[in-house]
Amino acid sequence: MKLFFKRLGIALFTIFVTLVITFVLLRAMPGDIVTTRAMELNVQQGIPFSQAMEMAKAQLNYDPTVPMYIQFVGYVSNLLSGNLGESLTYRVPVLDIVKMALPWTLFLCSISLFFSFLTGCLIGLVVAWFREWKWLDTIATFLATVTQAVPDFLIGVLLLVIFGINLRWFPLRGAYSIDVTPGANFPFIISVLYHAILPAMAFICCSAGSWMLSMKAIAGSILSEDYINVARAKGLQQKRILVHYLGRNAIIPMIPGFIVALGGMLGGSIFTETIFGYPGLGYFFGRAVGTRDFVLIQGLLLLTTVAIIFLNFFADIIYAWIDPRIKQE
Amino acid sequence: MKSLTILFGVVRRNKKALLGFVMLLGFLFMATLGRVVVPLSMDSNYALRFQAPSFSHPLGTDYAGRDTWALIVHGSTDVLLIAFCTGFFATLIAILVGMLAGLSGGWVDLVLMRIVDVLLTIPQFPIMAIFAALFRINNPVSFGLILALWSWPVLAAAIRAQVLSLKQKEFIEVCIIMNLPMRHIIFKELLPNMVPFIAINFINSARGAITASVGIMLLGLVPLSVTNWGMMLNLATVSTGAIFVPHAYGYVFAPIFFIVMLQYSLICFTSGLEELFDPRLRR
Repeated sequence: MKLFFKRLGIALFTIFVTLVITFVLLRAMPGDIVTTRAMELNVQQGIPFSQAMEMAKAQLNYDPTVPMYIQFVGYVSNLLSGNLGESLTYRVPVLDIVKMALPWTLFLCSISLFFSFLTGCLIGLVVAWFREWKWLDTIATFLATVTQAVPDFLIGVLLLVIFGINLRWFPLRGAYSIDVTPGANFPFIISVLYHAILPAMAFICCSAGSWMLSMKAIAGSILSEDYINVARAKGLQQKRILVHYLGRNAIIPMIPGFIVALGGMLGGSIFTETIFGYPGLGYFFGRAVGTRDFVLIQGLLLLTTVAIIFLNFFADIIYAWIDPRIKQE
Repeated sequence: MKSLTILFGVVRRNKKALLGFVMLLGFLFMATLGRVVVPLSMDSNYALRFQAPSFSHPLGTDYAGRDTWALIVHGSTDVLLIAFCTGFFATLIAILVGMLAGLSGGWVDLVLMRIVDVLLTIPQFPIMAIFAALFRINNPVSFGLILALWSWPVLAAAIRAQVLSLKQKEFIEVCIIMNLPMRHIIFKELLPNMVPFIAINFINSARGAITASVGIMLLGLVPLSVTNWGMMLNLATVSTGAIFVPHAYGYVFAPIFFIVMLQYSLICFTSGLEELFDPRLRR
């Protein structure tokens, strides 16, 4: 319980620091962003400059003439009331964009992570189990190293060119086809799954290898434990040893890593989502940075970081719960 | 000179390290002498655009009819420079912070490690993209610096842990009892013991920088020279639509291939180093 509160305290502190960073980020940008924005409004919409200046201040939620601490209090109280501001380019509240994009990112990240974890762990377990087959280990390790060398978005480009453009097996962009109506109907679900295959494959191809390697190492060390020898000496069925003695014990240390990886994916999804035009958080983030949409950048960065903090916190707690030795530290 | 002998010792004993080392030498050769040997003409000739690999253009041509191979060779300098700068700056910051935290302890340690924790939590790619794009980066060195600002925390935490464990060792205690200057303890005792570890992490941050810089350029957030591999990918996939042209596969696949090869050579080299320095990994 003491550990729980300590971790919670650290998580809350980290959220506070993130708030400060996103707050400062906007204000530390080179050049006067309020004046720049006001000039844009002035030119694009023909608003008189003094009025454009007021509008820019309201849009960016940033008035350089007010003291810093009052600005910060205003920023935080806005956030607490669920107001993340309004996107400069899309002209809708940032919260609406998040509500629309978050489910797609979560969907894509969780299915890709699930399948890469599953395949990686299974292969790792098999490789460790058949230790005497040296060639299997060699091939698997080689493949894992090569795939780790490739960033997922590059595999994404390759898959897009090969399976999307040349073979025309999969769609090139988007999360579902324009022919289907979103909702709980069969064609929509099929279309969503169909559109998720290529982006998910891009991730699975380059991350399954690392799961495989850690699973192999963990399973390998468990195989030399006494209780495995005991199980063998008792003459238990091989299948039973593999699943209940080895598999169960080897999967436990992998679970916190799984949760942390989900957090990592939220941050790393910009490139893959942009390549596949997948309307998740990463896609909007890439667009926001490209168009210098400060309000959207601020909101998305804050939300992603908070999500990662919670996932890490969750992983710590689970880890302590699974492995009581951590608690004693 | 001594470090070179050690390097050759590593390479001789470990096949993987040898492979990585030879490939890396190839890339270094490409980035330095290759520029001189392979001429690059930046003239555009739209009649020759998006050609398939042929005898005169081994990797085909780009959207303006320029030779892809020549672009790759001339672009390698920037790619390696960004990777090197990130590795260098990140390692430098990490050594400073890690040493300071580990040696001073107390509240300095506490504050520095809290900062490290926070930086580890903030998603790296987004924050790198924000900084690189909004500070309007236009040269490899400052790009490397921006990437390094977000890649040092892991190494700093690891160096701190190493310092803490080395501090307990007799040879450091002896130094402290003998009242040797801090300078001596840091440069003559602590750092030499961490060289292998630092070398491996240097390469890892360089690898991270290659991925991050290519990704950020692929999104078109940092416009560097058209020869840079990340820019080539951006032009091929986003700006010029080369991915839709069947003959242009040379132009589309070449940067991907060379990025992967560079990453692979670095991975091989580091895993060779790791096996050498950690005898438990040897089989």
